[in-house]
Amino acid sequence: MNVPAAWYLVLAAVLFGIGAYGLLTRRSALIMFMCVELMLNAVNLTFVTFARTLSDIGGQASVFFVMVVAAAEVTVGLGIVVAVFRRRHSTSVDELTEMKG
Amino acid sequence: MIATAYAVPSILVFVTAAVLIVVGALGVLAVRNPVHAALSLILTLFGVAVAFIAQSADFLAAVQVIVYAGAIVVLFLFVIMFLGVGFSRHDHVEPLVGQRPLAALGVAVTVGGIIALLASSHWVTGATSASGSSLATGTGNVHQLGTAVFTTYLYAFEATAALLVIAVVGAVILARRERATEEAE
Repeated sequence: MNVPAAWYLVLAAVLFGIGAYGLLTRRSALIMFMCVELMLNAVNLTFVTFARTLSDIGGQASVFFVMVVAAAEVTVGLGIVVAVFRRRHSTSVDELTEMKG
Repeated sequence: MIATAYAVPSILVFVTAAVLIVVGALGVLAVRNPVHAALSLILTLFGVAVAFIAQSADFLAAVQVIVYAGAIVVLFLFVIMFLGVGFSRHDHVEPLVGQRPLAALGVAVTVGGIIALLASSHWVTGATSASGSSLATGTGNVHQLGTAVFTTYLYAFEATAALLVIAVVGAVILARRERATEEAE
């Protein structure tokens, strides 16, 4: 018999927490994107765990779409990082203060 | 006790996946060099792929390795090396007073709340439902997922095609416009 679903759910919660902490504390835009990927993977792991627990393929289909959205998000996000770096020569989010009121 | 209730191989697979995921995620946080952070991210993504296989999501595990480790992380590495981003200089300064303790507190409360919810609810016992088709038996996982994507979720699937085209066009426009302004200057 497989291990209980709660183990995988706790693992996904810990992974989500690590990603959230990194997103809140790191300054580099690239590292922040990687932490967003960590959080997305934690959600994917939760989806797959519930798909197994509830015997519903819809959870795995949701993971499929999350992966597509993550790929699109990384493409556009890294394009923005490149554009900002060309203009400001830095990827630190603390230096992007032009829109500060 | 636990070893009698659950098969030992599945516990070993879970522990392996958990170690890969947690070590890789902590590496993304702790490492100063962005290239090393991207490599730690690959470790985490492989751990998630192992967890997918252990839960009979074979197709998603393959897509995880191909798309995430093969495409997204390579895109990260391309951008890191294209920009020549070295060691991050700004991580030791702390413009917001108490940002790290507050972030740690908020994350601890969130994760603790999720785990408390898990512990107090009844549907995470690990038992599969009696009704409905089991994922691992009968037709293969790829067949089931393909049927679901091309029937139930057909409109969402078509929308992802439009989303990918928009993302690619957006990325190209972001790059081209910058080059045009540089030439104009």
